[in-house]
Amino acid sequence: MHIDFVKLFQLIVSSALINNFVFTMFLGLCIFFGVSKKMETSVGMSITFTMVMVVSAALSWVVYQFIMIPLQLTFLKIIIFIGIVAAFVQSADTIMKKVSPTMYYKLGVYLALITTNCIIIAVPLKNAGEQYNFLESMAFALGSGIGFGLALIIMASIREKLEVADVPRPFRGLPISFILAGLIALAFTGFSGLITL
Amino acid sequence: MSLKPKSNLELIKNGMFGENTIFRMAISLCPSIAVTNGMKNGVALGISVVFVQTMVNMTISLMRKFIHPKIRIPIFMLVIAGYVTIIDLLMATYARPIYKEIGLYIQIIVAFASIFARAEVYASKNKVFSSACDGFGMGVGFLLAMIVISFFRELLGKGTLFGYPIVSGSPLLIMILPAGGFLAVGLLMGFFNWIDMRFFGGKGASGV
Repeated sequence: MHIDFVKLFQLIVSSALINNFVFTMFLGLCIFFGVSKKMETSVGMSITFTMVMVVSAALSWVVYQFIMIPLQLTFLKIIIFIGIVAAFVQSADTIMKKVSPTMYYKLGVYLALITTNCIIIAVPLKNAGEQYNFLESMAFALGSGIGFGLALIIMASIREKLEVADVPRPFRGLPISFILAGLIALAFTGFSGLITL
Repeated sequence: MSLKPKSNLELIKNGMFGENTIFRMAISLCPSIAVTNGMKNGVALGISVVFVQTMVNMTISLMRKFIHPKIRIPIFMLVIAGYVTIIDLLMATYARPIYKEIGLYIQIIVAFASIFARAEVYASKNKVFSSACDGFGMGVGFLLAMIVISFFRELLGKGTLFGYPIVSGSPLLIMILPAGGFLAVGLLMGFFNWIDMRFFGGKGASGV
């Protein structure tokens, strides 16, 4: 099989930096603002998130290519993808609890949150829409996970400093975080045009 | 939830203002920034959410006696996904140009925390009609928030409303850029908090 490594690398970089899910496509914001209060939780979340993303993208790709396209069920893709993600998260939760309890206590809490994250359903939908092959969809999922983690960690490190800052009362909490995210997003627009796919 | 049952009108009002999805509860934020660069897109998504939220609440409420509590989450998910698919296919057929721009976000309605939360908190415990009112109110609250945000972003960013020119002169390009979305929502949220604190003695949005 011929593997185009350059294309894969480009996909990873573009989905992590240029089309960063949080800052240019605005997905996964609920979790992004919810979890980015502390550095520790955001690192845990990014790791769990990237793993779940890659595996569920792989599962959805297999189901899409080998079951849904031959049976002409592509119009049901929303229902099927959310089903796959929910089932995978639930089973990962159960397996992790049995196999590695220490890891479960560290990362398990984030698993439950992941099902309601829009990125996790957007990645399979985009993979199906763009008709990526298996490796390309893996690269896309990995890049998106890295991009989300990057955004989360940048945000968390700023918000930890923000705790001691004197913010006007109506702006405390969420509003100032939004303005912060806007400024980071402005910085991320600098990446556009880095690679043209 | 309050102890005494609310009238249907109160339920709708509660969804629109008291527990406004975006400005008060701060959930389902993704599309509030993603599709609000023009009023047309914002209104289209808002209306889709009103439809999905109302129908989901009604369906869950109708089925509340048959759903086993242990498997309620997958069932809620499937019901929501069903209605989202209906809207998705309808938009793809009848509103092609808008669908090309916001299609992905229509599909993302499936992962909306607000819809899921209302199904769980309200519809699974209450009668059909009041659930429908509750869902309708929450949906309209979302629609209002979308209208407010997209009004400012389109007016300042392009100088137009619904594509018609309103003011001439050079617009603030930043408002229609991704970054402007965050800034607009942050400023509006702070502004509503300020009004709430100044005139109604509230404590501001709890948020995250």
